[in-house]
Amino acid sequence: MMGDIVNAVVWVLLIAGGFFMVTGSVGMVRLPDVFTRMHAAGMVDTMGAGLTLAGLCVYSLHDGTGLVAVRLVLVLAFLWFTSPIATHAVAKAALSGGTTPYTVRGAQAGAGKDARGGGAPDAARQAPADGERGVGDPS
Amino acid sequence: MFAVSAAAVLVCMVLAMLRAVLGPTAYDRVLALNNIGTKTVVLIAVLGFVNGRPDFLDLALAYALINFIGTIAVLKYIEYGDLGVSAPRETGTE
Repeated sequence: MMGDIVNAVVWVLLIAGGFFMVTGSVGMVRLPDVFTRMHAAGMVDTMGAGLTLAGLCVYSLHDGTGLVAVRLVLVLAFLWFTSPIATHAVAKAALSGGTTPYTVRGAQAGAGKDARGGGAPDAARQAPADGERGVGDPS
Repeated sequence: MFAVSAAAVLVCMVLAMLRAVLGPTAYDRVLALNNIGTKTVVLIAVLGFVNGRPDFLDLALAYALINFIGTIAVLKYIEYGDLGVSAPRETGTE
């Protein structure tokens, strides 16, 4: 009886985590530029990994080995600390590297070939138009 | 049930790898690699439960550490051109 309830809860948590993970990954493929993709990636890190590891945590709590749950919480806490830091670092580097955020009006410097709703780049924001910046390129 | 979750994580890793290959800027690739690392942490944890050996969680913790440090290192390399291990460069030469 108790095991059935725990199994159901674990199923729900794992399925929800998988749903968020798939959604974030599809968003990371389909969204138009690096900042919007960061938004999708944050969903994978927060909800996807969070719900999946929470499901594992519930399972291991019911299974008896308590140290496993402690380690899962440690992994989760570390992920939740480092993922915003890494995303913020990527955003800061992308901004200072000359990528301008994608807007609907068609300013799409650095947005790549799958930017939707194209048009002439806004002349007022002429950041470097070459989005691809080589590694170690000292510009 | 853990196998289903592992399969979902693997599909998501394929999608993120697609972005890492396609991504027009270097930042897209770094973001996708960071994301693949996060999914690898989750995959290691889930696979430990699939095999009935949750000891793999220590590996997941270590991988999370390495993933974060690696992302920051690659970003710093893209940003500054080196990792700052050498003597401080004279500025203004660029």
